[in-house]
Amino acid sequence: MYDVEKIRADFPILARQFGTHQNVYLDSAASAQKPLCVVETLTRVYLQSYANVHRGMYPLAEEMTAEYEKARRIVQGFINAKSANEVVFTRNATESINLVASSWAETFLSPDDEILVSEAEHHANLVPWQRVCEKKGCRLKVFKIGDDGSFLPEEYEKLLTEKTKLVAITAMSNVLGTIFPIKQMTQKAHAIGAKVLVDACQFAVHRQIDVLDLDADFLAFSGHKTYGPAGIGVLYAKSEILNKMPPYQCGGDMVDKVTYQHTTFAEPPARFEAGTPSMVDAIGLGAALEYMQNLGLKDITAHEESLVRYMFEKTSEIKGFKHIGTAPDKGGVFSFAVENIHPQDLAYVLGKEGVAIRIGHHCAEPLVERMGYTSLARASFGLYTNHSDIDAFVKAVEKAQRFF
Amino acid sequence: METIETLIENFSMLDSWEDKYQYLIELGEKLPPLAPEYKTEAWKVSGCQSQVWLVPENIDGKIYFKGDSDAIMVKGIIYLLLAVYRNKSAQEIKEIEVEKIFAKLGLGEHLSPSRRNGMMSMVDKIRLYAASFES
Ligand SMILES: Cc1ncc(COP(=O)(O)O)c(C=O)c1O
Repeated sequence: MYDVEKIRADFPILARQFGTHQNVYLDSAASAQKPLCVVETLTRVYLQSYANVHRGMYPLAEEMTAEYEKARRIVQGFINAKSANEVVFTRNATESINLVASSWAETFLSPDDEILVSEAEHHANLVPWQRVCEKKGCRLKVFKIGDDGSFLPEEYEKLLTEKTKLVAITAMSNVLGTIFPIKQMTQKAHAIGAKVLVDACQFAVHRQIDVLDLDADFLAFSGHKTYGPAGIGVLYAKSEILNKMPPYQCGGDMVDKVTYQHTTFAEPPARFEAGTPSMVDAIGLGAALEYMQNLGLKDITAHEESLVRYMFEKTSEIKGFKHIGTAPDKGGVFSFAVENIHPQDLAYVLGKEGVAIRIGHHCAEPLVERMGYTSLARASFGLYTNHSDIDAFVKAVEKAQRFF
Repeated sequence: METIETLIENFSMLDSWEDKYQYLIELGEKLPPLAPEYKTEAWKVSGCQSQVWLVPENIDGKIYFKGDSDAIMVKGIIYLLLAVYRNKSAQEIKEIEVEKIFAKLGLGEHLSPSRRNGMMSMVDKIRLYAASFES
């Protein structure tokens, strides 16, 4: 049984009051709150087990290294990778994607090659490819999505050609909530010899990732959205690809043999983790992913699906409330517009009512424009969101409507 | 247009945030709309959560601003800023401590030009325009 009230007790911040209002946190898509076990893990490591990783021969250093490498194995299990060596720790998804852009794309792409993205990309999965294209003389292609935010297979396949060398797509849109059929898309891409990078930033929070089943070549997500610490992210890449990639940054811990003139580089993942990593945060991320696994990804998804239904039901009763993104397969991310109220005005009133939403272009400016707006409001769910949060949200929107 | 002192006094008579916000909306509604030819990228203030335009004019050594936004409460804020900066020289604009003045309005941090939010972008723009008229 998924007992959301019991789960909420693991997140002390949810009990905070703002004036007389309960904290209604509907901005988990930007960053999720942390369960006690994650914060306790960070505290425990800093107070009991702290030393630099991969360096010392004394007990603390060995403990730290063991914990750090255990975190890597937890990530491996979480995404069902073949080997822990396919898991590279980064700062966040943005860095993961930039790593692939700098190391893989700049090495293996040639002029006139094409990179294919969707209209629904976060800037993190758009701007790095623009840069690669400028540097390498490649072309960036953007396939269309439906007006309701849904995936259109014919639009995707139309732009997938023998020139396509990389398909870089979000598995779940941070604006529309749309879930993309990554497995089928990957099959099509592989059939013409293209590699596939999956931006799983949002997807990782809401659905089970299985890189083997998806057959993704690269996959990126951020720890802070999956209930882990900020400052740690993950890049998954298939061994055979990772092994051929040159280093991204250079320094300590990523080398094999160094002389003053020449260096041979370590094997992955160390090759891509130059310098002291965000090691405690990596261990914290391990705790967060175990927390999610203990609750059960299936149950988390089922809980969220019930919230999505409830949200649709409740908000459709609000006059002038328009959903942006109503694709059939949609996770707990709701962008919306309220007739005659600017999102910023709305957010002010909601904020006073203790309701946290995000407004703006959500780091997906071309997408927000494509949907016909300069700014959108967004309410998003986490595994701790309950039906009362949605009730409070609806009440606050109705109050704002009386205001303006 | 009221002076900023009058506006501060009016705000001080309102107790709840609801009443303060309502009054701010009224001020926003009173802000004269900016002519469409100014609503372009050139006059846009970047760094705000809504679209904001500010247009300066130098009349006999005093600087006058016109402004607009697509968010009504931001229009209210612009109304307040124009009251703060009305009929001032470039030197005076430089010296005004706008954060202190807004603190007296009691609108809370999000509706004040503090270094931590987008409202400050408008103040920075006002100061930049003023400085450009100085020499
Ligand atoms: C779909 C998507 N991709 C990428 C990112 C970038 O994540 P980060 O800022 O943690 O690198 C985000 C975060 O907002 C996102 O939602």
